[in-house]
Amino acid sequence: MRSLQQVLAVTSLNLRNLPQRMGSSVVAVVGVAAVVLVFAAVLSMAKGFERTMISAGSDDTAIIMRSGSTSELNSGLSNEQVLIVADAPGVLKDGDDSIISAELYVVVDVRKRTSNTDANVPFRGIQPGAFDVRNNVSLIEGRMFEEGKNEIIVGRSAQQEFLGLETGSTIRFGQSEWQVVGAFVAGGSVSESELWTDVRVLQGAYRRGNSFQSVRVKLQNEGSLETLTAALKNDPRIDPDVITEKEYYSGQAEPMTRFIKTIGYPLTILMAVGAVFGALNSMYSSVSVRGKEIATLRALGFGPISVLISTMVESTLLAVVGGVLGGTVAFLVFNGFQVSTLNGASFSQVVFDFAVTPDLLVNGLYVALVIGAFGGLFPAIRAARLPVAQALREL
Amino acid sequence: MKYFRLIWKNAWRKKIRTLLTILSVFVAFLLFALLSGIGYAFKGGVDVADAERLIIIHKVSLINLLPISYQNRVASTDGVESVTHATWFGGYYQDTRNQFPQFPVAPQEYFDMYPEFNIPNEQFEAFKRNRTGAVVGQELADTYGWKVGDRIPIQATIWSRADGGRTWEFDLEGIFSSDDPRGSTALLLFQYDYFEEARAFAKGTVGWYILRLGKGADAVQVARAVDAQFENSPAETKTSTEAAFAQSFMKQYGNIALIVTLILGAVFFTLLLVSGNTMSQSVRERISELAVLKTLGFTDRAVLGIVLSESILIMLMGGLLGLALGWVIIQGLAQKMAGFLPGIFLSPGAISAGIAMMVAAGILAGIFPAFKAMRLSIIDALARA
Repeated sequence: MRSLQQVLAVTSLNLRNLPQRMGSSVVAVVGVAAVVLVFAAVLSMAKGFERTMISAGSDDTAIIMRSGSTSELNSGLSNEQVLIVADAPGVLKDGDDSIISAELYVVVDVRKRTSNTDANVPFRGIQPGAFDVRNNVSLIEGRMFEEGKNEIIVGRSAQQEFLGLETGSTIRFGQSEWQVVGAFVAGGSVSESELWTDVRVLQGAYRRGNSFQSVRVKLQNEGSLETLTAALKNDPRIDPDVITEKEYYSGQAEPMTRFIKTIGYPLTILMAVGAVFGALNSMYSSVSVRGKEIATLRALGFGPISVLISTMVESTLLAVVGGVLGGTVAFLVFNGFQVSTLNGASFSQVVFDFAVTPDLLVNGLYVALVIGAFGGLFPAIRAARLPVAQALREL
Repeated sequence: MKYFRLIWKNAWRKKIRTLLTILSVFVAFLLFALLSGIGYAFKGGVDVADAERLIIIHKVSLINLLPISYQNRVASTDGVESVTHATWFGGYYQDTRNQFPQFPVAPQEYFDMYPEFNIPNEQFEAFKRNRTGAVVGQELADTYGWKVGDRIPIQATIWSRADGGRTWEFDLEGIFSSDDPRGSTALLLFQYDYFEEARAFAKGTVGWYILRLGKGADAVQVARAVDAQFENSPAETKTSTEAAFAQSFMKQYGNIALIVTLILGAVFFTLLLVSGNTMSQSVRERISELAVLKTLGFTDRAVLGIVLSESILIMLMGGLLGLALGWVIIQGLAQKMAGFLPGIFLSPGAISAGIAMMVAAGILAGIFPAFKAMRLSIIDALARA
C-alpha cells in the first residue's frame, strides 16, 4: 500500500512538472501524432477501397464468365450460353422467369474532375434483372433508361468524380451520343462508379453482335452454387468459371489493397522507429532536467521503482496524447475523402472514400503506446539508477 | 574547415542524444528515398518518353482496337517518318499474380522504333526467323530466371486461340536490355504474324500505333492530321505524345503524388522538430562555453558558423546513410515489383533534392540557436554560468 502511495505521489509530482518541460514534450507528442496520422491515412485508403469493392458483392449472387477470365472485361459469352445459364438448376426463379442479368462491360474515356484528364470509366450494358441480382440499387434522380434508346443512368460516385454526367446532359463516346437520364446509388459500392445502359443498345454501339461478357444469377439457397457449377461444368456447350459475386469482387480488390498494405505497414514501422528515437531523446532530456528533483526524492526515501514507473507513465501519457491527436487529425482530414483510382484488375476507375474506421484508430493508438513504452523504458531505467549522491552534488 | 575538429567534438558531447538524433534523421531520409523511388514509378516514365514518338489510340478508350489498315494511311501522313503497332495481350505466367505486359509486334519495326532497347544481333535474327519466338526484357528474365532456349507458356485472359486453347507457348530467343536505367524492361514481345494467325477473333486489328516524327515536324500538327484522317470513321483516333500519353495514363491512378507529398511533409516536419529541439537544447547547455570562445577572440560570425555547421553535420550524417540504404532497398524493390509497378527508380534528381533538404533542415534547425549564440553578450553569458 505504501509503495503504491509512493508511486502515485512521485507520478503526480512528475506530471505537474510537465509544463516546465513543454518544448521537448511537445516534440515527443507531435512525433507520435505524425506516425499515427500517416498510419491511419495510408491504411484508410486500403480500407475504403476494400469496403467499396466488397460491399458490391453478395453471397447469394453468382457471376458466370468464360473460364480463365481474370475480370469481366476479358470474358465473353454467346447468347446461347446465356440461355443455358438461365435454364440451369440452382437459379432462383420468379414465376417462370429466372432472375438473371446478362451484361456487357466496356470502358469509355470520361474527363476526371480533379485532374481534367481522361480516365477509363466502366460502361455496363444491363438487362432489367440487374436490379434484382444486385442488392440495394435504387434510382435517386431522374428516371430509368428506356430500352432500345441511347440513354444511360450513372452511379452517384461517377457523377461526382467525372465531368459531364449530370442528369439531362448529353455525352459523346466516339461516334455515339448518349443522354444521361438518371442517377443511382448502390450502397456505396463499386457499382456507383459505373454508367449503365440497355445491354442491347451497347451491343449495337460496340459491334458486339449478340454476345455478352458475364451473367449474374440469383441463387436459390446456400447449396445452389455447387449445383449450378456442377451442371454448367458438365455441359459441353459452355466452359465457365462460376463464383459468387462476393468472391469475384474480393479478387478484384486484392492486388490494390495488397499493394497499399505492402507500402503502408513498413512505412508505419519505419516512422514508428523514427518516433521512438524522438521520444527517447525527449525522455532522456526530461530525466536529465529532473536529475536534482529525482535525487532529492530518492534522498527523502522514495524507492527506485516509483521513479521508474513515474517516468514510464509520463512517456506513455505523452504518446497517448500524440496518438489521439494524430488519429483525430486523420479522421477529420481523411475520413470520407473521395478519390478514384485505376483498378488494374478491371482496367477501369473505382471511386471510393477513405475510411478511417474505429479499428484503425484503435490500432493507431496501439502503435502510439508501443512508441511510448519503448521511448520511456531506457530513460526510466536511467532515472531509477541515478546515483543519488552524485546527482545532488551537481546542485 | 579549420574548426572541423571543434565542431566534431561538440557534436558528440552527448553521445546518446546525438546518436538518437542521427538515427531519426536516418529513418526520415530512408523513408524519403523509398517514397520518391516509388513515386517515380507513378510518374509513368515521363522522363524516358521520347519527344519524337507519338501514340495513336482509339478515341473511345485504350481497350478498343484499331484496324491494321490504318498503318499505311498513318505512314503516308506528312511529317511521319515511320509507324509501327503493338497490342495488349494481357496474359499471365503460371499464376494470375504473375502478370506483366506482353505485346505482339512486328519485330524489325518495333525495335527500330525503340532504339533504346538493345539485343544481341544473333538473338534478334533468331527471333525474327521463329514464328513462335519471343524476346523478354532483362528485368523479366531475372524475375523468372528465364534463359534463351526456354519454352514459356503464357495463359491468355483475352485472346483465346482459334483452336480453342488458352495457352500460348513461346520459344525464348533473346533477352533485351535498355540503355536507360529508368526505363522498365518488364516486357515480353512476340510475333504479330503468329498472333494474327492463331487468335480466335478480332483478326486484322491492333491495340495502338506508335509513330516517329520526321525531322522538323511539329507534334501537334501531325497528331491533328492523323486524327483528322479517321474522323467520322467507325474507329476514330486520339494521338498524343508519348509523354502526354504516359502522364494521362498514370493520372488515372489518382492523386498519388499528393499523398506522397503529404507523408513526406509529415516526416519532414517531425524530423525538423526533433532535431531543432535537440540543437537548441545543446546550445542552451553550452552558453558559457560559447562565451569563453568569444572571449578568446572568435568572431560572432565564426560562432554562428560553428553552431550551424554542427547542425548541418548531424543532418548529413544521418541523411546520407538513410539515402544510401534507401538506394539499396529501391534496387531490390524495383526487381521484385517489376510486374506490378514497373519503373521504381531513385533518380539523381531525388538524391540531390534529398541532400538539399538535409542542408536546409540543418540550417532551419540550427539557425535560431545559432543566432542566439551569435548575439550572446560575453558578460551576461559568463555571469549566468
